[in-house]
Amino acid sequence: MSASSMRFVPEPERYEFTAAPLHHFELARRDFFKFLGAGIAVFAVAKNSLAATQETAPTRGFHSEELPEDITAWLHVGEDGVVTAFTGKVEIGQNIRTSLAQSVADELRVPFDSVRMVMADTALTPFDFGTVGSRSTPTMSPQLRRVANAARDLLVQAAAKQWNVAPETLRAADGKVTDPASGRSLPYSELARGKTLAQNLPADDPITPPDQWTIAGKSIPKKDARAFVTGEHRYTPDLSRPGMLYGKVLRPPSFGATLTSYDAKAAETIAGVTLVRDGDFVAAAASNERIAQKAVEAIRAEWKEEAQTSSKELFAYLKKNAKPGSGERSLRTKGSVDDGLAAAAHRLDVTYNVAFIAHAPLEPRAAVAEWTDGNLTVWTGSQRPFAVRDELAAVFHIPEKNVRVIVPDTGSGYGGKHTGDAALEAARLARAAGKPVKLVWTREEEFTWAYFRPAGVIEVKSGVASDGTLTAWEFHNYNSGASAIETPYTVPNQHIEFHSTICPLRSGSYRGLAATANFFARESHMDTLARAAHMDPLEFRLKNLSDPRLRAVLEAAAKSFAWPRKKTQAGQGFGIAGGVEKGGHIATCAEVAADRASGAVRVVRVTSAFECGAIVNPDGLRNQVIGANIQGLGGALFEAIAFDNGRITNPRFSQYRVPRFRDVPDIEAVLLDRKDLAPAGAGETPIMAVAPAIGNAIFDATGVRLTDLPMVPNGLPSIKA
Amino acid sequence: MAKPIPLEINGKHYSVSCDPDTPLLTALRDELGLTGTKYGCGEGQCGACTVLMDGTPRRSCQIPVSAAASKPITTIEGLEKDGHLHPVQQAFLDAGAFQCAYCTSGMILSSVGLLSTKPNPSTAEIIQSLQGNICRCGTHPRIIEAVHQAAKAMQERAR
Repeated sequence: MSASSMRFVPEPERYEFTAAPLHHFELARRDFFKFLGAGIAVFAVAKNSLAATQETAPTRGFHSEELPEDITAWLHVGEDGVVTAFTGKVEIGQNIRTSLAQSVADELRVPFDSVRMVMADTALTPFDFGTVGSRSTPTMSPQLRRVANAARDLLVQAAAKQWNVAPETLRAADGKVTDPASGRSLPYSELARGKTLAQNLPADDPITPPDQWTIAGKSIPKKDARAFVTGEHRYTPDLSRPGMLYGKVLRPPSFGATLTSYDAKAAETIAGVTLVRDGDFVAAAASNERIAQKAVEAIRAEWKEEAQTSSKELFAYLKKNAKPGSGERSLRTKGSVDDGLAAAAHRLDVTYNVAFIAHAPLEPRAAVAEWTDGNLTVWTGSQRPFAVRDELAAVFHIPEKNVRVIVPDTGSGYGGKHTGDAALEAARLARAAGKPVKLVWTREEEFTWAYFRPAGVIEVKSGVASDGTLTAWEFHNYNSGASAIETPYTVPNQHIEFHSTICPLRSGSYRGLAATANFFARESHMDTLARAAHMDPLEFRLKNLSDPRLRAVLEAAAKSFAWPRKKTQAGQGFGIAGGVEKGGHIATCAEVAADRASGAVRVVRVTSAFECGAIVNPDGLRNQVIGANIQGLGGALFEAIAFDNGRITNPRFSQYRVPRFRDVPDIEAVLLDRKDLAPAGAGETPIMAVAPAIGNAIFDATGVRLTDLPMVPNGLPSIKA
Repeated sequence: MAKPIPLEINGKHYSVSCDPDTPLLTALRDELGLTGTKYGCGEGQCGACTVLMDGTPRRSCQIPVSAAASKPITTIEGLEKDGHLHPVQQAFLDAGAFQCAYCTSGMILSSVGLLSTKPNPSTAEIIQSLQGNICRCGTHPRIIEAVHQAAKAMQERAR
């Protein structure tokens, strides 16, 4: 691993999607039955899968947030009646293990508990791009339903053959095929007995529509939940392998620093330590973490550092370093903004700033790596096991088939675990040591060497007619990203542009990507415009909005929140915000209590209405919607990464404030179930409206318009004289 | 080799031979394989490593193993009795009070500690006693609900 190969670690693409690599089944069918025993299996091989992948490799950019559609899935019905469904998706707390199992059980007509999900193991599960972009429910759920549907057909056909009746006359339900004419029935387990029957998925089998779901659509508790309350579940940092060592990395003093001198004489005297110096990568492995730590501390290393900017100059830096012409690819225009502004009764020109924030998943990045005869197995908490596999194969110059990546159900990610950093480090140490190595990042490493939600500057210029109709909308986003950059409101004259810049910190995906920043700027701006037009903020939005689904959530949130509310005490304020992203429609109302004297702001109450098509698991969805709002409070109110000259200066929970119990308001989630629509993802969009709703409520309470995220890291700003 | 340190974990006696200033958390996880107790921050700020020592919730990342010698310690693995979950575990399960669940062990032990001194805590008291436990997924309202449910179940059982 040379310095350059360490640098190979790809910067996580800001828009989450890069060209898809070529893929194929890793598990031959013969092995498949050897692994699972006899039974009935169905493989979903998308039409022209390889060719399609090559041709439709998506480009990064404004509107390319589509995944390749050729994701495959497979499923097995065993002689014991156990249904095993395979998917490359990762369980990171979003409860997808449960909701996918519900879809399989629903489609196959078996009890929920008979479905076992094998997930995120590159040797066993089909290729998957990653658990990103709220794609698991809209993409993987129908894939699994289609294989389950085909398996059900096979079972029905097997019964029809046995009874010598027409398959159309038979009924599949509750794990059995029944012949209504004679009343006889056979359980799936018996129908699968002695068979090694495999079938490719017929092209376009219809799947059960949401209004006929029986198991999906219900609040089924988290699969394997008991193992999480007993401590039995093994996350990556909890794993152990025979002879395993513990690894520690010597981190450079600042970002981009290069190693100029290295003296490991003292470290070499510590018994049982394996040292690795490979380019700028310096690390140690030992029989316990403390010895490994002592060893890296004993290394005398000198580094050449590069002068870098600081968070104090961040927003000026982003503007100054905008790449000329970078916006062209990300430009949307309509009509003439100049004409629209000229026709406006009120004009508004505001700049919004958004800080870098950290994901801070409670389980830090970790990996256990083991080499056996040139084959590498790595257990790691990642949202993209196949991408990590490819990174490992590239770095170690071995074929992908010699690398297996397994992701145990993981202690969250929020978009922060797309890369395989810890996996590479553990694997490099394990290769040198000739023994398995576990490497768990410290919290400080996690805050420093992971990547951040990109900071940004957003400039909005707008105009509104005296009757409250929007006339012009100009929106420039520097650096934070183009997700949800477009306005859902009807505006005849628009100029919307994303500008890339030199980004001072390693940046990548974060739950909701830039949509949170773009929602904040847009919905804060809309609020100010409403007041300029002397309209109620909800009424103003509805006046300029035709999207019926967005209107529905705004109205539902407002109704439940009892909008518009009368203030009953000093410092009270109410705000509303909404928007659409990734197929989800969100509207959030917030109530704050602001104390101008002390500067304290408390979020008292939040009501979010969310609609993402048909709901697969209402209880799981509620957990996501409420959780997203709470997580969103942090970035809204106080989370910000501070950095100076290549160093993170607040890399601890004692210095970087995240939401805690006392910060949590009363939260209500209003879920709109659209049985007439296919389900969309729900992990991200519910986070997007809480910051502007709070900002608008603060304005309502105080008359102060806060334009920066976070809004009140040190309380309300003092009143300018 | 460091002098063996006796530990009493979940009613069982162990002896570990790590440096006396090794955090109790490390001894539990790496020496004894009791990995239900989690590392989250190493500075006593997140509560993921919470255990009960003498019945009181403590951050095991902040306790040198020597200071835990011979004191009764309860970890998440010690709450279940004869196949029956502790009422707090059961309440977390019933309330679905987790998402990724990495914080759950610490939340449960902090709650067990609270209920041992305040069998019927108010919401404000629950918030106060869990303020040092971080849940990044935002499951706080359900956790509070679970503690209320557990309090109710324990009081009913005590009757």
